[in-house]
Amino acid sequence: MPPDFAKSFPLRTARVHEVCGPSSASFAAVCAGVAQGTVLWIREHWRPEGVNPLGLSPFFDPAKLLIAQVKDQTEGLAVAEEALRDGSTPLVILEISQPMGLIQGRRLQLSAKAGKSTGLCLIPDGMGSNAAESRWHAAPIFDPFSAPGDSTLQRYELIKNKSGTLGSWHVRWDTASRCLRLVSATGE
Amino acid sequence: MFDGIQRRVVSVWFPRLASDRALRLRPIEGPFALTHSISNTNRIYCLNVAAERLGLSAGMPFSDARAFCPELQSRPADPLADRRFQHALRHWAVRYCPWVGLEDGDGLVLDITGTAHLFGGEAELLMDMRQRLSRAGITARIGLSDNRGAAWALAHHGEGSAPVGAALDVLHDLPVAALRLEEKTVTGLGRLGLRTIGELANAPRAPLSRRFGSSLLMRLDQALGQQPEQITPLKDPPHYGVRITLPDPIGIKSDVMEGTSRLLTQLCAKLKSRETGARILALTLRRVDQDSQQVELRLARPMRDATRILPLFERGIGDVDAGYGIDQMRLEAVQVEPMPVQQLSHVASGHKDQLDDLITRIGTRIGLENVQRFLPADSHIPERSYQIAAAAFSSPESTWSTIRPRPLHIFPPAPLLGTHAVPTPPKRFRWRRMSFVTARTSGPERIAPEWWLEADEWRTGVRDYWCVETRQGRRLWLFFTPQSPGWYVQGEFA
Repeated sequence: MPPDFAKSFPLRTARVHEVCGPSSASFAAVCAGVAQGTVLWIREHWRPEGVNPLGLSPFFDPAKLLIAQVKDQTEGLAVAEEALRDGSTPLVILEISQPMGLIQGRRLQLSAKAGKSTGLCLIPDGMGSNAAESRWHAAPIFDPFSAPGDSTLQRYELIKNKSGTLGSWHVRWDTASRCLRLVSATGE
Repeated sequence: MFDGIQRRVVSVWFPRLASDRALRLRPIEGPFALTHSISNTNRIYCLNVAAERLGLSAGMPFSDARAFCPELQSRPADPLADRRFQHALRHWAVRYCPWVGLEDGDGLVLDITGTAHLFGGEAELLMDMRQRLSRAGITARIGLSDNRGAAWALAHHGEGSAPVGAALDVLHDLPVAALRLEEKTVTGLGRLGLRTIGELANAPRAPLSRRFGSSLLMRLDQALGQQPEQITPLKDPPHYGVRITLPDPIGIKSDVMEGTSRLLTQLCAKLKSRETGARILALTLRRVDQDSQQVELRLARPMRDATRILPLFERGIGDVDAGYGIDQMRLEAVQVEPMPVQQLSHVASGHKDQLDDLITRIGTRIGLENVQRFLPADSHIPERSYQIAAAAFSSPESTWSTIRPRPLHIFPPAPLLGTHAVPTPPKRFRWRRMSFVTARTSGPERIAPEWWLEADEWRTGVRDYWCVETRQGRRLWLFFTPQSPGWYVQGEFA
């Protein structure tokens, strides 16, 4: 019996979390779909892979998304800190390309606490900061029994948690009701 | 009938406005001309006295002029700058009376009714005007009369002033061209033997109006004061700038912020009275050593709330090098936008304000254009189905609709090497050094290129898009190009 997903999934507010894995952008979109209000997505402008607003529309209304194009990671961290501290965007998503130190992670954590907003860093594998409240690994898996029109089955694995147990769950985004559904693991 | 103070009008004509302006910027001795290009010929636009004395004239080809006068110096004409110069002169002329209008492209008209005595009389006023203009290096011809038409005639032909109520006596001997007539009419009148205004005024009116239309008699009546004519004064554009000069230089950040707050309060009161909001603010800090530093603030929304703008300045002011101290501060709203008073509603609008302030703050760090939002666009082409706009200059639109699912990530199409160029999706393929086994597919969805737009990547023709679920978990967006067979990956679903 896996631990209770509801204890850790709507990410704890006023904290900064991390996600890695091939589905990290989709995890971020799910978090944005659950969050109320404007979402700020900070990305480095030279990255070729942009998000497609039409691909985001099953998760949330793209009108509530703001994109900040930054020059490098330092600038991205500064913008994230500013936005987290301000608190007018309940969720701030930051794409990370270089390893983040403890100081930077802690600063983000403090500003999230000050602004009572949630931060989410999309990290490449193994580049997280020890200051993160929780770290997730998100990966898509193939579901042989899925009906046509279903979204991809995802495996969310909690690989670091500062206040609670670790765990792993199979979930699927319900496009119609815009919420995350827990799916029992297929016995293969 | 009018029985107050007699109306008096001054008309000023600047016959060499363009060349005077150019020579004021960079004086030149000797003949000088401004040229402009008309139908592939460089022609003289305006010239100075020395060049005119040598027999050159405006409108003649520049090459001919150089042949006549090899030492002629020239510069290209700038009619826009001339226009601005004329407006500057109009602004200057407000020192004589408040009622100043523009006359054609090279003159001014002033209604000096009731203001001449401030300068000691009409003659003194004209003398003062002449002196100041000649000191500035501007050639001017000035005419004074009871109405605009007569003043214009005097300025352009003969120069002088007509006493009250005696316009006809002065205009009597002036040529008919002084009535602001068309070239054709002047020639026609010449053929009739009517060469001066006096002759024209004595001629019977009915045949004249039958032959030349009503405009000729209207011009004559205007010049003789029998028909009124308006002078339209231009309004000065509002100036949004305030400044403060300090008795002692300051250098601490909190002092500068305090000074800025005083300036902002003044500026915002000004903005409020005109129902405008500032979009770009420039704070100039002049240091004791005459050096000056500028802090620019670009706002995400027009604003005129001093308490909200002030914290946004903090970052910019922190970067300023005060040197030996700052002794003058100047704040200007460089760009203003109309911002009418709005009804407050019970819906939380404070939150929106806070978000705008955040956009401004982020904008001061990374540039206001780099804070963006998506707007829907009307196209079936996946990469053109949305546009990216600066968040500060657009408002969110929520009319996003997709008939078919679209991938979360779109990237430039990557060809799948080693697959058979057949219309059915490949059973297994390699992409980004990963191998995939196809488990389930759905499609195709055919998207045709937009032929009315140039796009290199669509040279391969129509595309059949397939959503491919792989056994490895990932769902990819593949397409096949039937017109030049090949498989490509273009996106990944969430």
